[in-house]
Amino acid sequence: MIEVQSLTKHFGPIRAVDGVSFSVGKGEVLGFLGPNGAGKSTTMKMITGFITPTAGTAAVCGHDIRTAPIAAKSRIGYLPEGAPLYADMTARGFLNFIGASRGLRGAERAKAVDRVVEIAQLKTVLDQPIETLSKGFTRRVGLAQALLHDPDVLILDEPTDGLDPNQKHHVRQVINDMAPDKAIVISTHILEEVHAVCSRAMIIDHGRLLADSTPAELEARAQHHNTVTLRTLAMPPDGERAALGQLDGVIEIEAGGSAGEPVFRVIPQEGANVLPAVTAFVAEKGWQVDELRLEQGRLDDVFRELTAAAAAGRDAEAAQ
Amino acid sequence: MNAARTVAVIFRREFAGYFASPVAYVFLIVFLALAGALTFFIGNFFQRNQADLDSFFVFHPWVYLFLMPAIAMRLWAEERKTGTVELLFTLPIATWHAVAGKFLAAWLFAGVALALTFPIWITVANLGAPDHGPIIAGYIGSFLMAGGYLAIGSCLSATTRNQVIAFVLAAIVCFAFSMAGAEVVLGPIRDILPQDFVNLVASFSFLNHFAEMRKGVIDLRNLLYFLSVIGVFLFATVLVLDLKKAE
Repeated sequence: MIEVQSLTKHFGPIRAVDGVSFSVGKGEVLGFLGPNGAGKSTTMKMITGFITPTAGTAAVCGHDIRTAPIAAKSRIGYLPEGAPLYADMTARGFLNFIGASRGLRGAERAKAVDRVVEIAQLKTVLDQPIETLSKGFTRRVGLAQALLHDPDVLILDEPTDGLDPNQKHHVRQVINDMAPDKAIVISTHILEEVHAVCSRAMIIDHGRLLADSTPAELEARAQHHNTVTLRTLAMPPDGERAALGQLDGVIEIEAGGSAGEPVFRVIPQEGANVLPAVTAFVAEKGWQVDELRLEQGRLDDVFRELTAAAAAGRDAEAAQ
Repeated sequence: MNAARTVAVIFRREFAGYFASPVAYVFLIVFLALAGALTFFIGNFFQRNQADLDSFFVFHPWVYLFLMPAIAMRLWAEERKTGTVELLFTLPIATWHAVAGKFLAAWLFAGVALALTFPIWITVANLGAPDHGPIIAGYIGSFLMAGGYLAIGSCLSATTRNQVIAFVLAAIVCFAFSMAGAEVVLGPIRDILPQDFVNLVASFSFLNHFAEMRKGVIDLRNLLYFLSVIGVFLFATVLVLDLKKAE
């Protein structure tokens, strides 16, 4: 439903977005990850037609944003970064305005407004001017206007930024509920959010795509993925510890805590799962286990490794 | 959705926006007070002892020079400042729909201000037997001239996110258009450029075109002049906004 082809944007000498291509289909929730200034918002602004690409293009439901902007825009619901709204209007007046400018009229519009007021839980603040609303409510009005015409494509730039944990949970719930019938792109720098809502994650830095896969696959790239952490009550004998290191698929045993603490990290070969072997070994030797855990690898680590590697690559290029 | 309906949607929001803050009422009071004071004290409305509104209309270009940029400055600069321009331009509407809707709202607001000067018409009608033709022509001319100033203001408001800069730039350009027929502007040009060009510049003068209208002459050329100024500057507004998208 979204086709992005070598989208590029230069601001003077700065390449904000540099040849980004991807597509998003129905039922997918794509998470855009990247440090601040990575080009996430610029990419979204180009897909939604707010800024014109230097090169490349994007199509939404088959409508090219450069040649058929109105048709493309009518199929997108967009929450811009920071959720800018007409502060002097009431929430109701604002939603009616957005509905009218999207061609909804009369009973149809009233129904649409009722629907999003329900989804975004805005009933209590409908007749207040937007400038008097809290940040959480303002963001929800922004979300409501993006959903008003029940679009096929949703583009949400940091939808949970500035919300409290309950509100974040609610917004993620809303996104999950809609996900099956829509193509959704969200940007975030909260990595736990990727787990909560995304079926796919893209890491972007300095305008380039560094990774594009499922959150689980990304995590598999983490340094500590599938490492087994083991804590015992007493320090086991040296010989038995060495034997643990000889198990099939184990590369080495690391001390996992401070010196003298009976905590070990069993580092497996890539792709190997050594947890069953470790469990059997521990049972056989009769170690008293306090904690036995399989590390999933953290998205944070992958994110840092990828962006740091890209930065090193750029430095090397610059040095030549 | 058809264009007229879209323009109307933008127009309604923008027009209501003027009255959402006390600024609109302050503006109306300033305009009425200024127009009245200039007519009676500087224009010597009573002393002239003539049943016409020439001493009222003659000051309009000068009042508009500052007040029209003040109405127009918020049109785009405010949207840019608050970021709502991103919301507006990701709605399924063409740039010109928004430009036209906003301009019409500003123009109608100026029209409301102008219409509220009606007591002066009643005054002159009670004191004497004025020829209503030139008065109607004066109102039409004044309204068209206000549109010209507002279109200029709209274009310059689109260039910046700062309302003060938008105001100053618009006031300067409006001044140039007002004075195009005066020696201040024509004198220096006459020394260096051919007469044809001088005549061309002189023909751009708001003052000259408005002066003809308030004498009671509703010439098609004068109507066309103001309408083309509005058209050209609104087109320029669309260009500026589209250019900013590509920047």
